[in-house]
Amino acid sequence: MVENVKDLLKAHEGIKREVYLDNENSTIVPKDVVDAMLPYYNQRAYGNPTLTHKPGWEAFETIMKSAQKISKFLGSKILEEITFTPGETEANNLALMGAAFANKHKGKKIVISEIEPINVLHVTELLQKFGFTTTKIPVDREGFLNLEKLKEAVDKETILVSVSVVNSEIGTIQPVKEALDIVKDKNPATIFHTDASDAYGRIPLNVQDLKVDLATVSSYKILGPRGIGALYVKEGVNVDKILEGQIGTQKLWPGVENTPLIVGFTKASELAFEDFEANVNHMRKLRDKLVDGIFGKLSDVKLNGPKGGKRAPDNANISFLRCEGEALTIELSLKGVYVSSGSACSRRLLQPSHVLVAIGRKFSEAHGSILMKTTRYHTEEDITYVLEVLPSAVGRIRGIVGSTGVD
Amino acid sequence: MSRVPLPYTQKVLDLFRNPKNLGKMEDATVIAVAGNPACGDMISFYLKINDQEIIEKASFESYGCAANIATASIVTEMVKGLSLEKAWKDITWKKVTEEVGGLPSVKFHCGVLAVGAVKRAIRKYYQNKGVSPSWVPQELTFEEKQALEEEELAKTLAKRLNVAEEK
Repeated sequence: MVENVKDLLKAHEGIKREVYLDNENSTIVPKDVVDAMLPYYNQRAYGNPTLTHKPGWEAFETIMKSAQKISKFLGSKILEEITFTPGETEANNLALMGAAFANKHKGKKIVISEIEPINVLHVTELLQKFGFTTTKIPVDREGFLNLEKLKEAVDKETILVSVSVVNSEIGTIQPVKEALDIVKDKNPATIFHTDASDAYGRIPLNVQDLKVDLATVSSYKILGPRGIGALYVKEGVNVDKILEGQIGTQKLWPGVENTPLIVGFTKASELAFEDFEANVNHMRKLRDKLVDGIFGKLSDVKLNGPKGGKRAPDNANISFLRCEGEALTIELSLKGVYVSSGSACSRRLLQPSHVLVAIGRKFSEAHGSILMKTTRYHTEEDITYVLEVLPSAVGRIRGIVGSTGVD
Repeated sequence: MSRVPLPYTQKVLDLFRNPKNLGKMEDATVIAVAGNPACGDMISFYLKINDQEIIEKASFESYGCAANIATASIVTEMVKGLSLEKAWKDITWKKVTEEVGGLPSVKFHCGVLAVGAVKRAIRKYYQNKGVSPSWVPQELTFEEKQALEEEELAKTLAKRLNVAEEK
């Protein structure tokens, strides 16, 4: 079927402008980041950081300095608290499995929110096969964790709690500090993990202030290269490694460290934090323009997730009623606007996004949902263009739907 | 809940961009619906049938993805001018899939749903008339069963959703 793609791409010829808003699922890697990485492929630090030669020592120095920077951005002071992993998926797997296995003698209970990412949800399902149990804490209609239920769920047997700082789909900023206090009050030994991938570079984040034990961050979520992320493990917290192999500079992740990707992740972090306030304000301004514009131009639309200060500044998740999401992503693509949908049709199962279902969206609302994220590289003109093409795109798909499927 | 690549064919894309026979038919002889909005997949089918039991025209509306729209559209073209018996016997989901140049395997059910809707319409036509031709079996065809299964799945999912809403 790969030959079909040629025709699909050809259908895009002649588009006026391209606006990439699917930053949930992959991103551009800015030239500055790529330029920072390139010398590390063949000019310097290309050696194995555990070996006794110049390129090896260069790699060692580069990785340690990178870990130091990332730990500083996260609010940690100890570079050894950072473990580089091949991404958010692997960091979350390491956090959940590693903490569960290392602490299984203390209990078998794991507590997560019901809107955790798939790479947390599925790991807890896997852990059930090893005798661990999972309690999922419900969220309200804006995605905020039910802290009462959290309090009820945590007991002496609870070894691990995982709650994301920011939900990647609907942008809800969780009261992680309050949640952590509740958890530690009930059981000080419980390990608290947070996936901070969608908070990093978007909202003020400090692992020491939050007092979390484990935190995941991901490079591609901040316009760094894919294939690299990190897990913060607070000094003294017990986590087992989950893969076997040659151990190098990091005791929790085996294999040869990928120095160029680590450099890219670090450069992307520097760019995100260099002018943090300005970056965030830019994202927020354009996101607001996008959302306000959509609500101004279209009827029967719903914002998924909270409004205002408790929403991540880049996140826009909108349900277009009487409009099927996958069809809309294709229609928009043909006009140069790239977005993703929580529709079942864009997934393997006939089931919409678990996050949208958890906040009480009807299936038909979830099927018409579109997720968009702004970045510091978007311009006013980009958003103006999106607002130009979106009404006719939604109008055409609604025209195909007609009277079908209206509930 | 994983994603899957969906390299649609040129034909699917063409039909998605310019669907044929789109829209409600005011003078339809029979209307059938298949699928459920809960699955994000629903088709309404309108058939105009003459006294010789020939399908004079067909139209559709679709709450669904590009594959759903394309298969529904092509079915309205395929059945046009056919006798009900020929339409019943000749139009299969495999043929529909071939007509659109193939579909990604996870989208086969879209073609199945479109054919299921046509068979329902034909069955309904005879039920309304109170006759049962020998070539319409009592037992549901594969496509009708599949459509039913998808609708049942939707009910199960909806039930789970209601549980979530009660919390």
